[in-house]
Amino acid sequence: MTSTLDAAAVRADFPLLDRTVDGRPLVYLDSAATSQKPRVVIDAEVDFLTRANSAVHRGAHSMAAEATELFEDARTTVAGFVGARPEQLVWTSGATAGINLVAYAIGNATAGRGAPASARFALAPGDELVITESEHHANLIPWQELAARTGTTLKHIPVRDDGTIDTDAAASVISDRTRVVAFPHVSNVLGIVNPVAELVSLARGVGALTLLDACQSAPHLPLDLPALGVDLAVFSGHKMLGPYGVGAVYGRSEVLEALPPFLTGGSMITTVTLDEAKYLPPPQRFEAGTQPVSQAIGLAAAVRYLESVGMEAVHAHETALGERMGDGLRSIPGIRLLGDPSTGPGTGSTGSGAVSAERVALWAFDVEGVHAHDAGQFLDARGIAVRVGHHCAQPLHRRFGVTASVRASAALYNTADEVDTFLEAVSGIRPFFGVS
Amino acid sequence: MSGLEALYQELILDHSKRPHGTGLAADAAATSHQVNPTCGDEITLGVRLDGDRIVEVTWDGVGCSISQASASMLTTLVEEEGGLSRSDATALVDGFRTALRSRGETPLDEETFGDAAALSGVSKYTARVKCAMLAWVAFEDALAKA
Repeated sequence: MTSTLDAAAVRADFPLLDRTVDGRPLVYLDSAATSQKPRVVIDAEVDFLTRANSAVHRGAHSMAAEATELFEDARTTVAGFVGARPEQLVWTSGATAGINLVAYAIGNATAGRGAPASARFALAPGDELVITESEHHANLIPWQELAARTGTTLKHIPVRDDGTIDTDAAASVISDRTRVVAFPHVSNVLGIVNPVAELVSLARGVGALTLLDACQSAPHLPLDLPALGVDLAVFSGHKMLGPYGVGAVYGRSEVLEALPPFLTGGSMITTVTLDEAKYLPPPQRFEAGTQPVSQAIGLAAAVRYLESVGMEAVHAHETALGERMGDGLRSIPGIRLLGDPSTGPGTGSTGSGAVSAERVALWAFDVEGVHAHDAGQFLDARGIAVRVGHHCAQPLHRRFGVTASVRASAALYNTADEVDTFLEAVSGIRPFFGVS
Repeated sequence: MSGLEALYQELILDHSKRPHGTGLAADAAATSHQVNPTCGDEITLGVRLDGDRIVEVTWDGVGCSISQASASMLTTLVEEEGGLSRSDATALVDGFRTALRSRGETPLDEETFGDAAALSGVSKYTARVKCAMLAWVAFEDALAKA
């Protein structure tokens, strides 16, 4: 089924997109940092807080039961959005919290907590954890810390010049010593959809646990996490039209059931004595303390909104925007795209990169002779909001020989006209700074 | 574009393209390395002393035009003043910081700050204040160590 997206109708659902910046219409191209929210998401949070706010999973009054039902319905809705069952979805405050949850749970398993079920996750010196060169710091530093705590080694799979993951190198980096392979579905700098099946197959071949960072795919592509075959995945609510302060960990049931908890406290227990406690099954085992209730309900509204537009239609619309952006940027003198498929896999690569890897509408680029901050300031003066800096991916920027870049990232509410406004502005950057 | 042109005055662009003081001197009495964590810009700045007077500032760094120009202007200022006493240097950094944090309320005067007075416009752009401050924070830190 092919469906199309009516961008004007979509835009009308996002009140913020009407605003101006210094008298100029806002062109919001920073959705990879945080997305804007449709009215239904804002309303869902307000409705809950004005009509049903109550503590969930405790208390017996009617409103507490109503709130609990709304909260658990939200779990079912968000789990369904990624092809999962509700018990496979753990609420967190965001993707960073989700990855830390997994890394600390593995650390706890290493200390013997949750044995014997958790013994399969326990690490020993000589074991290796594997990530890619393209990680956001959120999927890098928790693994550095876990490696340091457990005496294991953190290794990485390199990225080719064209931005693709070097899957040939992956086959040698992932070895019998590998216990965890964590990687992004879509890099927040490169925008390329990574070969999940290939990496999962390599990891499975050596019995390693896989974790997918789906922050930059969940808002843009139809997503079926069980079908992708990953053991664990994380995503972030505020990047997918939802509120701040909520995200989730998806886990295959047998993995979640065997993992010991990270945060402990109220709401995750069955029986507690002064000496010890017994824990609830997943997902509650991983949800100690008060949960982001109104935010989870807002996130459910966000995914219902995305589903009503249709993720196939969202993806098709954004693919067209991304191509328009990429083609336009490539034709402007002095612009170098980070991870441009047209550059080819590059020297040092042991294999061929994907010539036209599937992408989301996101490009990071260097403006020759102009620092990213200055380029961003120039765009801002025209009402265009982009991200400048290292986008929490310093190692990847270093790999491409820059400390900072400009990143433009679109979402379902952006239009071809906005892309053209952006491209025209970018072509004015070098002349303004006198480097053309 | 008037706001943008006020921020990026010719003097700033000139300093950023042809910066003064680059090439960290080997005989610096003390150096300081500072990083702007939001963008990864960095500078290593050294001060050379003659007795208790700061007679030279040299630096190496990467960054935006504001941060590069600011480091260059600081170098020029120390040079044009024929060196600075510690107390004058401290007062200078304090004055610069106060002006940059003033959101456009307190301009930098040319008499005291020389070319660096052109950075007054930065104080209206709170996201860029750190860019302009980077070299001055390194200067302050190097002085404290010297």
